[in-house]
Amino acid sequence: MSDSKFKNDVPLDIARWGFPGKFDVTIKKDSDDLFEDSKMLVNIGPTHPAMHGAFRCMAKLNGETIEKSYCEFGYTHRAKEKLGENRTYHQFIVYTDRLNYCSALVNNVTYAMAVERMMGIQVPERAVWIRMMAAEIARVIDHLICIGINAVDLGAFSYFVYGYHQREKAYTLIEQLCGARLTTSYTRIGGLMSDAPEGWENGVKEWVKETRGVIHELDRLLTENRIWLNRTKEVAVFNKEQCLLYGFTGPNARAAGVNIDLRRDQPSMFYDKVEFEVPIAQVGDVFDRYFVRVEEIKQSLNIIAQCADRLKPGPIWAEDKRTRIPEKDVVYNTMEGLIHHFKFFMNGFDVPKGEAYTAFEASNGELGFYIVSKGGPKAHRMRIRGPSFWHYQGLDPMIQGEYIGDLVAALGSINVIAGELDR
Amino acid sequence: MDIRTPVPTIYGYFSEKYGPTWAEQASALKEVFGEAIEAVWMPGENPVDMPTYFVKKEKAHEFVTTLKEKYNYSFLTDMTATDESEDEESAKEGIRFHLVFHLMDPETKIRVRIKVKLKDEETIATFISIWPGTNWAEREIFDMFGIRFDGHPDLRRILMDMRWEGHPLRKDYPLRGYQIFMTPEPLDPELLK
Repeated sequence: MSDSKFKNDVPLDIARWGFPGKFDVTIKKDSDDLFEDSKMLVNIGPTHPAMHGAFRCMAKLNGETIEKSYCEFGYTHRAKEKLGENRTYHQFIVYTDRLNYCSALVNNVTYAMAVERMMGIQVPERAVWIRMMAAEIARVIDHLICIGINAVDLGAFSYFVYGYHQREKAYTLIEQLCGARLTTSYTRIGGLMSDAPEGWENGVKEWVKETRGVIHELDRLLTENRIWLNRTKEVAVFNKEQCLLYGFTGPNARAAGVNIDLRRDQPSMFYDKVEFEVPIAQVGDVFDRYFVRVEEIKQSLNIIAQCADRLKPGPIWAEDKRTRIPEKDVVYNTMEGLIHHFKFFMNGFDVPKGEAYTAFEASNGELGFYIVSKGGPKAHRMRIRGPSFWHYQGLDPMIQGEYIGDLVAALGSINVIAGELDR
Repeated sequence: MDIRTPVPTIYGYFSEKYGPTWAEQASALKEVFGEAIEAVWMPGENPVDMPTYFVKKEKAHEFVTTLKEKYNYSFLTDMTATDESEDEESAKEGIRFHLVFHLMDPETKIRVRIKVKLKDEETIATFISIWPGTNWAEREIFDMFGIRFDGHPDLRRILMDMRWEGHPLRKDYPLRGYQIFMTPEPLDPELLK
């Protein structure tokens, strides 16, 4: 957008954050505004179609420009961290699904890794490959939702439907894996709930091939569309410095040029054995956040295809008696198996004393589990570092001086998920 | 077996890779800060996965600023607290809370953990001037643990209702400590002034 439209740029003091003049925020004054300095309060949410979850944004408008705003959330707070201290490590798996419900498998995988790391368990190769595939499929789903809904908010409905078609097929693949579509609870500490069915990887390969075509189609449909470019280019810019100060991670930070991807930089699982690239943009506007996600879908599809090629039959459980859930025929036919089963589900297993922060590149950014164990089957502290918490905090400075219509674009582009935000 | 056992790199265990850097930085920081660093837990010796510095409250701001500017730990990944009221050693010292920071070097991706011990009802100055992103993190810590941050511009509850009583993540707060409000949360018009 050219600067000529905004003639009288007024500097805005952002003393609310204790940083007068720290960031260069200016109000774009609309020359078409007949009533100069007309102030208005607008409340969006908690249940507004443009908010994608139960949170709320109060904005004080000057004409059409947002002069000041503040965000409220906590409407879906379910005390997950408190539950983490009062449930055994096995029982907590189901709660991790409800963090970022768009990509539940990533949360499952990260949580399993966090506990296994504290206990010194190594899961077998097949389980790791399946976990990687599951995480990447979940990432594709999450990005498809994010860019699809962002496009719907700005008026491109068909784009969303194309993406959702592939998302449905991906959910069917996940259903084949674990019987559930949304709340998967697929991983177990030291293994997986069940093995992938025979020929599952062939279905995945077909889906990858199909999705590559659809992404190409989506790219042609929207990326160079003039209306889309006008609505997204240089809108809601959040630059590299701001990203680092506000704790931005994941695609939102990479859109501003922060070159961090934990899959590449701190490779957990077998990410050092697959080839992929990390897309980086420079400006950090809505378009860059959209475009980084599109490119990331392509890279994720590459990873999935490579994993599917290397998937070999084998065990899916680490043979560690502490965490191994006994097979059903052992439980029903032997006394020892029954006792083992009973003890496992009633008492849980002990995690040795220690503390660890395990982070993984979730679809929105760095998802971290900081577990403090004092011994025993329950955690002393189960801290969940959800990326959306930090992204939503950045929304306030991001939309300062933008138009109210761009608030919707900005919010959709940072992909705030209420489940992860409120925990 | 515990976290001290070197587990394979499929979980991203970096003791071997970053160990020398960690040791070097720890000795350099000990020289500069001396007694302000109460203890350093190194991975391998203590059951932690990254170096953990216990820093005195008075020097905490100086310490994190040094890490941020001199050692390039400029990325605050997480800020939280733990309630140590049931821990015997902490009870002897009269310590109630640990304030926990996780920092990361965005270039090398080395991480470090900082802990500040706090007594019950003890306040600490805000960290907003170092990272503006700590604004909401401090609000969450206040909401969940009741630790107050001096100089915070907007220290309100963040996840719980404004009328909530008690701090849910304290160990003495019951698991089913429900409080039900029949009217919506009142809005504070001051916030937009």
